[in-house]
Amino acid sequence: MRITCPLCGARDRREFTYYGASVYADRPAEGAAPEVWDDYLHLRDNPAGEITDLWYHELGCSAWIEVTRNTVTHAISATRLLADRATPTKKGARS
Amino acid sequence: MASLIEKSACDGLLPRVAGGTVLSELPAARVTSVAPFAGKTRALGAALKEMGLGWPKPGEAVGTEGASILWSGRDQAFLIGADPAPLSGLAALSDQGDGWARMQLKGPEAEAALARLVPLDLRLSEFGIGQVARSGLNHMMMLIARTSETGFDIMVFRSMAASAVHEIGTALDAVAARGRLTS
Amino acid sequence: MRIAGKGLVDRNTPVGFRFDGKDYTGFQGDTLASALLASGVRVFGRSFKYHRPRGVMTAGSEEPCALVTIGRGAAQVPNVRATVQEIHAALDARGQNAWPSVNVDLMAMNDLFSPFFSAGFYYKTFMWPRKFWESLYEPAIRRAAGLGALSRKHNEDHYEKAYAFCDLLVVGSGPAGLMAALAAGRAGADVILAEEDHVMGGRLLAEMQEVAGQPGADWAAGVLAELATMPNVRLMTRTSITGAYDGGTFGALERVGLHLARPPMDLPQECFWRIVAKRAILATGAHERPIAFPNNDRPGVMMAGAVRAYLNRFGVAPGQTVAVFGNNDDAHRTVRDLKAAGVKVSALIDVREEATAPDGATLHAGAQVVDTVGRKGLREVVIADRSGQITRIPCDCLAISGGWNPALHLACHMNGRPVWREEIAAFVPQPGMVPGLAVAGAANGTFSTQACLAEGLEAAKAALSELGRKAKAVDLPQAEDGAYRLRAFWEVRGGKHRAWLDFSNDVTTKDVRLAAQENYRSVEHMKRYTTQGMAPDQGKNSNVAALAVLADATGRGIPETGITTFRPPYVPISVAALGAGGQGAGFAPQRFTTSHQASVERGAPMVEAGLWYRPSYFPRPGDQSWLDACNREVGFVRDRVGVCDVSTLGKIDIQGADAGRFLDLVYTNTFSTLKPGRVRYGLMLREDGMVMDDGTTACLAEGHYLMTTTTAAAGQVMRHLDFVAQAHCPAWDVHMISATEQWAQFAVAGPLARELLNTLLEEPVDGDTVPFLGVAPVRVMGVAGRLFRISFSGELGYEIAVPARYGAALYRDLVARAENLGGGAYGMEALNVLRIEKGFITHAEIHGRVTAFDIGLQGMVSAKKDCIGKGASTRPGLSGPEREQMVGLKPVPGSKSIGAGAHLFDEGAEPVRVNDQGYVTSVCWSPTLNSHLGLGFLINGRARIGTRVRLVDHLRKTDVICEVVHPVFFDPEGGRARG
Repeated sequence: MRITCPLCGARDRREFTYYGASVYADRPAEGAAPEVWDDYLHLRDNPAGEITDLWYHELGCSAWIEVTRNTVTHAISATRLLADRATPTKKGARS
Repeated sequence: MASLIEKSACDGLLPRVAGGTVLSELPAARVTSVAPFAGKTRALGAALKEMGLGWPKPGEAVGTEGASILWSGRDQAFLIGADPAPLSGLAALSDQGDGWARMQLKGPEAEAALARLVPLDLRLSEFGIGQVARSGLNHMMMLIARTSETGFDIMVFRSMAASAVHEIGTALDAVAARGRLTS
Repeated sequence: MRIAGKGLVDRNTPVGFRFDGKDYTGFQGDTLASALLASGVRVFGRSFKYHRPRGVMTAGSEEPCALVTIGRGAAQVPNVRATVQEIHAALDARGQNAWPSVNVDLMAMNDLFSPFFSAGFYYKTFMWPRKFWESLYEPAIRRAAGLGALSRKHNEDHYEKAYAFCDLLVVGSGPAGLMAALAAGRAGADVILAEEDHVMGGRLLAEMQEVAGQPGADWAAGVLAELATMPNVRLMTRTSITGAYDGGTFGALERVGLHLARPPMDLPQECFWRIVAKRAILATGAHERPIAFPNNDRPGVMMAGAVRAYLNRFGVAPGQTVAVFGNNDDAHRTVRDLKAAGVKVSALIDVREEATAPDGATLHAGAQVVDTVGRKGLREVVIADRSGQITRIPCDCLAISGGWNPALHLACHMNGRPVWREEIAAFVPQPGMVPGLAVAGAANGTFSTQACLAEGLEAAKAALSELGRKAKAVDLPQAEDGAYRLRAFWEVRGGKHRAWLDFSNDVTTKDVRLAAQENYRSVEHMKRYTTQGMAPDQGKNSNVAALAVLADATGRGIPETGITTFRPPYVPISVAALGAGGQGAGFAPQRFTTSHQASVERGAPMVEAGLWYRPSYFPRPGDQSWLDACNREVGFVRDRVGVCDVSTLGKIDIQGADAGRFLDLVYTNTFSTLKPGRVRYGLMLREDGMVMDDGTTACLAEGHYLMTTTTAAAGQVMRHLDFVAQAHCPAWDVHMISATEQWAQFAVAGPLARELLNTLLEEPVDGDTVPFLGVAPVRVMGVAGRLFRISFSGELGYEIAVPARYGAALYRDLVARAENLGGGAYGMEALNVLRIEKGFITHAEIHGRVTAFDIGLQGMVSAKKDCIGKGASTRPGLSGPEREQMVGLKPVPGSKSIGAGAHLFDEGAEPVRVNDQGYVTSVCWSPTLNSHLGLGFLINGRARIGTRVRLVDHLRKTDVICEVVHPVFFDPEGGRARG
């Protein structure tokens, strides 16, 4: 398996550490309800198809990367730096 | 007062020769990690220009006589062989010169030996002179730079110097043995 | 028997070797199989279950029968295919699965009991009593069944793994592969041409065919000579591509030194390659398939294509008198080649009534082979014609051809499903089954040489165009272009005797029908019930025929029945090759501190701490045990001064305008208020509320911090900090880099610590210049360093850091000065005692399932700010009296020693799981308090301080009453450290 690091280019998967679905980057706001934390920490979709997950280029440039890939074909359709996404909305924020 | 004796990272381990290829320790040099402070990227680039260098793009080294700056990761580069004082206030600077074993692998079998350890495409067409990469030397974090057609500079953590020398040495011996097959 | 003047082996270079204890001679270029066949050897081994004599079936890596063991002792390698192994002067091979020898095998009595050994027999028979299965039945069955055995000795041989990259990988060097490599090579692409045989050319070496007006082997040699001159082409012989993986990655096994009598020193036996190719062309040819007929497993029954390979390539006639049995024109080609070489052909049996006889051969059109005769080697075959008329035909070799199955395995490794092509009665790959991989030639179901050449060329042109390269002109040579005609024919029905499908695993047509009868109708179920296709050849010779029998038994067509999943590896791979470099020092990098040599010189046993090596204790003459050393070293620190290398703790340099704010987010407590020159203890949680790590962070200057992590968690913390920075606050000005390796850092602890340091610091320090939890730049013997006033021992303590190049010298100096003061070096054992006495936690306590509340540090979770883990740690169940809370445990006086891992129970309760009240994480003998001490977690523990619990360790047979105490056993006010 090879992953294209937005900084380093296509690299062997040995250089990366897998970290699960990318929703983990969308941290609930301070004071969010326990259900929100439970969802954030423990509940994940398990799609047969496209999924976006987090990889750390540990034996590389130390970038966290969002990888969009297909769990059926294993095709990787996109990668981008986690730091490059727009500031996420805080789930469960109490206004 | 007595003074403390310096010991290099590869003290007693190198050089190592197999066939025409040599693994040796690079001369001691000042190494400073440079990470541009927010909003200072341009000023940092200018300061580096003053030093005859420049901010390297990912995977690149910028070099001048005696000094060089190697891209070393996300928003980070290693300044080698130069005083970082002119960059003060423009970037986070951190001494790294003692933290790394810096080696040179040079010779006709350098690329073949590294192909035993490094999951990188090191063909000259893909990884040319002046290019650098962060990758793994087997399980070890590594910064590698191509310095000539047959030469690479390799940096691994100082504490792993013995393991790195062992691994590269084993690979060199195996490649040299293949060479004896046809000759 | 060698045929004069035939073959490509080097008749001028004889090569001696040993098989089953006897000396033989072959020629350079021979495989073990060809050389033994030339010497008249017929029995190569015994079969898996029934111990039937087995000869050679094929001439390639798919060989199911001729499996041998090579070498002796630790270097012994079982299940080597004799058809692949080249002969050399040091070759010492033995047949397998026979005792005492392949010719006289006493275990062959299994064959007499064969009615009992059909599919599923074990499951049905040895069901009861259930406990006997593991202890009695299975070991006995395993001894009698099986193939080669491992030596059970440590393998000292050298193996290797390597990476390679190319534009185009061509798999197979037959006509299609050679044309593809030639076209791509001429166009300047980086090409790897991989061939599992030791000579390139594929079937061109085995057939009497012309290409471009010259013998096929000569044409191949010409192409190879041109490829060899191209610097952009890498020719890899003896290299099997074993698997196709994601992203254009292919596994490959190269046999590097297995064919050499005296390999050069350091040469690996095998190399496992990971080849990354932008494009790949699969030109792996096809496997000829047997026909199932009664007693079709006798030595001498061989594939027709293999007979031609031995004849044409090796100059070996596999028999004196050969009969040929088939359903297609390749059977006829075999007769022609044999007759042309002067080998006697006793009959051609073609199941097709319309077949016409080749010149001068006796043809039995529409007939079938219904039995064979000859226990240790074929003597005659029994055939029945259309009317049932029986004829006996003498022969010591029967060449069979049931048609060809494309070798499409690699194309299916990413779960693509092949499609059935009726006119060739075979599965063929579909386009796009592996991204970037095209299939050409016989692997694609294209069987004429001319069409194979053309497909190889076309596949290369297509790949070049996808790679953005222009193809140079390559002429398509002329070659044989005959049609491939066959009538699908899988098994001879109605015989009394067993008809083999899987020769390796002893699976017969009867077993497959039994599986169907017992409702294992799915091909995957049938496979597992019968073990069909699960032998070293992975069903290459038999799977399609087996599913044809299953289709027939279940009244379905072959496409509806489907084929089992193809999985890597394509050929067996030695585990030694997969794990190459991982033995001994190669298993993991070793990390050595700058004081390593000094510790070793003092006789310290070095223990692993993660990848690091640290001294356990420093023995001295007269010590009765390690405990004497440990007690002494604890005494150094409590009474005088001790020195310990703490460089292994993770150090992370954190800078930037938002660095303080960032630390507030990752630590439970506040760091943005920390002043330059000060140090603070911090607690770090995971987002799920569990403790991740702890350590001190120093503020070196405004916006510049140095974080310390535990040795064990340094990597995890760095990853975590990078995540938090990049995911949650990418716009903040914060920059991190590991500084662990930059600094050699030594703890100097004990009442005399300051006295010691002031003998070597250029500017002496006192309690004001570097107060408790302070940090200051210092100069030590001309070197700029840092001095931290922190303590993991509870004593007056400093940690002094210098650039790592001075570490070795400073350590020796510090230890010498400590010894002058009546102290000395201390190791991990003493360090552990010192911290347990003080109730300081390590990852024994913060093991991933404890919260800040559990360790009594809930007060460190700041109410004024958010932090990672805060949200989750307030969830119900993560605090409260039902939690196991950290306590100290002190055995009642006179008790035996206690051990970590023991469990806690109420004093009167039975020590069983349901009564469990907690567990012990750390223990020591405290010379300071003259007692065993333990740290552990006890339900509602803090409220139970002052009560007693029962500590039981069922493994070490410990049963001790302990007093529950506050976890800080020694100097609870902390006055000693503040000094």
